[in-house]
Amino acid sequence: MKIAVFVKQVPDSAAKMTVEGGVVHWGDAPLVINPWDEYAVEAALWLAEKYGGEVTALSLGDEGAKEALKHALAMGCAQAILISDPALSAPDASATARVLVAAAKKLGQLDLAIFGKQAIDTDTGLTTPMAARLLGWPSLTLVAAVTQLDAGAKSIRVERGIEEGRQIVESKLPAVLSIVKDFGEPRYPSFMGIRKASKAEIPIWSLADLGISTPESKVSWPQISSPPPRAATSELITGASSEEIANKLADKLITEGVL
Amino acid sequence: MASSILVYIDQFKGKALPASWEVVSVAHKLAETSGATVKALVLGTNSETLGQTAIHYGADEALVSDDPSFADYRPEPIATLLSKLAKDQQPEAIFFSTSTRGRELAAMVAIDLESGVLPDVIEINKEGARLVATRPIYAGKLLAKAACTSKPQILTLRVRAFGKPVEDASRSGKVTKVAPALAENEIATKVVDYATIEGRVSLGDAAIIVSGGRGVSNNPNLAPPAEFTDEKQKEIWRAQQGFKMVGELAEALGGALGASRAAVDAGYVPYAHQVGQTGKVVSPDLYIAVGISGAIQHLAGMRTSKVIVAINKDPEAPIFKVARYGVVGDLFEIVPALTKVLKERRAN
Repeated sequence: MKIAVFVKQVPDSAAKMTVEGGVVHWGDAPLVINPWDEYAVEAALWLAEKYGGEVTALSLGDEGAKEALKHALAMGCAQAILISDPALSAPDASATARVLVAAAKKLGQLDLAIFGKQAIDTDTGLTTPMAARLLGWPSLTLVAAVTQLDAGAKSIRVERGIEEGRQIVESKLPAVLSIVKDFGEPRYPSFMGIRKASKAEIPIWSLADLGISTPESKVSWPQISSPPPRAATSELITGASSEEIANKLADKLITEGVL
Repeated sequence: MASSILVYIDQFKGKALPASWEVVSVAHKLAETSGATVKALVLGTNSETLGQTAIHYGADEALVSDDPSFADYRPEPIATLLSKLAKDQQPEAIFFSTSTRGRELAAMVAIDLESGVLPDVIEINKEGARLVATRPIYAGKLLAKAACTSKPQILTLRVRAFGKPVEDASRSGKVTKVAPALAENEIATKVVDYATIEGRVSLGDAAIIVSGGRGVSNNPNLAPPAEFTDEKQKEIWRAQQGFKMVGELAEALGGALGASRAAVDAGYVPYAHQVGQTGKVVSPDLYIAVGISGAIQHLAGMRTSKVIVAINKDPEAPIFKVARYGVVGDLFEIVPALTKVLKERRAN
């Protein structure tokens, strides 16, 4: 099987985010592979090991995004490709999906295109179903488990995490998947993997290489701001016994009207 | 043609998600100011009844289908029909609730119609015909104002962000049957079955959430069964007793059980309970954090809750900075006491 996994470089989830003059800052927090995408890489590698195949990691971003790709390589991906072009500044989800789909087509002969659930920076969760729609492949989002796969018969059975539990779906391949945390803890990069990744040559594909013009973003962001500070008029509940504290707290919650 | 807003009613096995009525109600309020009509699309089973309910909540017309291809949610047949209807009717906007289904459908329809999506919106401001949406990014650490640059404007609305909708049974409107746009043999997927996951977890629309953290795992007064020799096994057992206690408080309140990432990563509770940047972002009326120190990722996931209560033995824990009420003390005494008091008050 030929599997592509798409990863994004984002500010670490521990970053304290601020805005100055409309520009987003994340202080001295490191840029890391999007945490959800680690599960996607894990799923891609697990599927390749179990059912046979090779995994290519792709990322859209600037030179810095090579670090996310190196993480994917260190985990075990066979190769990595950076998609980068100065013409792409802050693309929206649909523009991103169009570029990634062009890259998937350039790779060719894919059986699976795998994404993380969403990116922890823009939080849209739109890119996976958009890519599926553009490719004309089934969209299998929020996959918690792959229970069957037949590469010859081009079929897959997945369990999707939905509000009500799990939905078990059979689908034809090729398909687009997004992966949730239940799939399994991502493996740690091995020492050998890290060495291999540090030496790897990561090719860069431009829009010209992909044979597409700059896709138009369909969303504008006129303003980014910090949320208003929480009016935390914090009140400590104390008492001589747990019962007294519990009763005082219950009174407060009843007065707040939240019970 | 009079302008309209198309609303997708998210349902599961013939029951609408309550969030769908919030969306209809928001669409109705927006449409009222501009003389637009609201059309609700209901696909699946029981669609005519749900269509009537949509009208009660503010739709002017319900478009319904009980076609077998819609019985189980699959994005392709629904998105194709939505896009076809949108091409015919040219709505100003298409609204979804932010559910697993709403997000996916919005994305696919946006590709078909070459428009953009504003996902997980918490506020809408009208600037002429343009909708400027406020949406959290970085799990709510920042807010972005965003707008679609083409039509239709496609929005998914965050559950519980727009207030309780009011049903008006005296409202009436047309219920129109629609035909599917894809035949069964044109659909590449089949829903085989459903599996329930242990316990009830519906953090997204819960009005009350009680969450446990690592602190829940170390009750010194509990002796694990003698046959447990492994330290990790003992730790997990202690944690499970702790989460049972937290769960009982959640149950006494009619709320859902949440957890910090630390507790999930340690294997104490399934991931479905995780609140925070890499879990669920929630906004209940009441959030009780038990034994949770309050890492920035956790705070991002619950800081918009109406009332936050923190119970923790460490008075310096960051969770107290966002809490309305704090209790510094032994959670293994306070939580059972609170459960007991609330049960008694409920009974009276």
